[in-house]
Amino acid sequence: MRPDFNIVVIGGSAGSLSRVLRLLPHLTKKLNISVILIFHRREDEDSVLHDVLAYKSEFIVKEVEDKDSIMRHHIYIAPADYHLLLEKNLTFSLDISEKVNFSRPSIDVTFESAADAFGESVTGLLLSGANADGVVGLEAIRKHGGKIAVQDPRSAEVSYMPQQAVDRLAIDLLLTEFNIEDFLNLVNRK
Amino acid sequence: MSADLNLTDEQIAIILSDLIEHYGYDFTNYSAASLKRRIQRLLTMDKVVSFAEFRHRIQRDADYFKRFVEQVTVNVTEMFRDAHFYRTLREQVIPELATRPLIRIWHAGCSTGEEVYSMAILLQEANLLHKSLLYATDINPAVLEKVRLGMFPMSQMKQYSENYIHSGGRNDFSKYYIAQYDTAKFDESFKSRIILATHNLVSDTSFNEFQLILCRNVMIYFDKELQDRALELFDNSLEKLGFLALGSKETLKFSSVMSRYKQLDNKEKIWRKVS
Repeated sequence: MRPDFNIVVIGGSAGSLSRVLRLLPHLTKKLNISVILIFHRREDEDSVLHDVLAYKSEFIVKEVEDKDSIMRHHIYIAPADYHLLLEKNLTFSLDISEKVNFSRPSIDVTFESAADAFGESVTGLLLSGANADGVVGLEAIRKHGGKIAVQDPRSAEVSYMPQQAVDRLAIDLLLTEFNIEDFLNLVNRK
Repeated sequence: MSADLNLTDEQIAIILSDLIEHYGYDFTNYSAASLKRRIQRLLTMDKVVSFAEFRHRIQRDADYFKRFVEQVTVNVTEMFRDAHFYRTLREQVIPELATRPLIRIWHAGCSTGEEVYSMAILLQEANLLHKSLLYATDINPAVLEKVRLGMFPMSQMKQYSENYIHSGGRNDFSKYYIAQYDTAKFDESFKSRIILATHNLVSDTSFNEFQLILCRNVMIYFDKELQDRALELFDNSLEKLGFLALGSKETLKFSSVMSRYKQLDNKEKIWRKVS
């Protein structure tokens, strides 16, 4: 099933929350997208994260439960301690199997799964972080016809993760504080 | 997962139908995305270079089929995982079971048994273990052997001990096991109350009636249709006023059995069969 909206998957570690918060006010219902957030974090931060995001956004914010539907104008948060996968029938599956890149949820796992399920409809954005999780997944998104964006490492709290991506991949957009419009056009492309 | 060989959905469908034909195991209603990921992981680990090689090996080599089941099903578990869940079992569920002459509990998809031993500890502390039976079942015979041994890595005990304390445990956790080099061997008295059996939630039926069924983070690997089938099976295996416990991100909502169940007030993922 090809969705009639685009899928935006954003991955980062704890330090990237502030970047997401600055992005949220720009995500309005004019955009034909659904957003999925993968944060490396501790389990006890979950409810706070939900509330902080919901306060800043026009979209409905939801921490994913198993087999939830993927819908337009929602922001889905991967629950702590589960990998988050996307099914072709526009639902989520959760998975508690081994950590990947020392992480669960792993950004790679969700990026790869989104790429496999929804190909050209996917945009991946990799933010600040301290390990290489996400780079392999970005590559998969690109290979399946999606677009990839990376936070400018110079503006990232922890630059290792985005720097890995910039060094190793051909990026469609380097996200800075000044080109948010370009990013919105990228995720909203037809 | 940078496997050079990437199977298409059609190739995976062929493998799944081979498994039914040759071994009677039906994975077709597993969550497609996670199943595919597990199969790709196996291909990478085993350095499989072609679909034809993989298919041939599964068809002809029963030992390799065993490996397939062991690697594709997920066996990540821990003792007292989600401490607040175990606290609710302690405070709200076990007291309800205490009056029964015999307490029967089913751990469906028990994996390597960490949850079964956690439950046995709770029952012991409530002084109920002597009249309880814990049925531990899994699709994968290899993990049941681990449950039988009751041996877990010593390296995990610090974490498990913390989980245990958070669940309301008051004892020194180390009194429940004997350290043998890098393993913690759990007390023999637990083993005598545990009954092991292979059971496939896809194809097997109800085999007893229980007061409590736990199936946590097992049905996340099933699609909606198979989840409903498994829930019907649990419903048929649960006494009236019995309890059904699921994983922290699973729900009975939108399922076919939902109308007969009421979730505990504290919103823990435990439901009581009310009619």
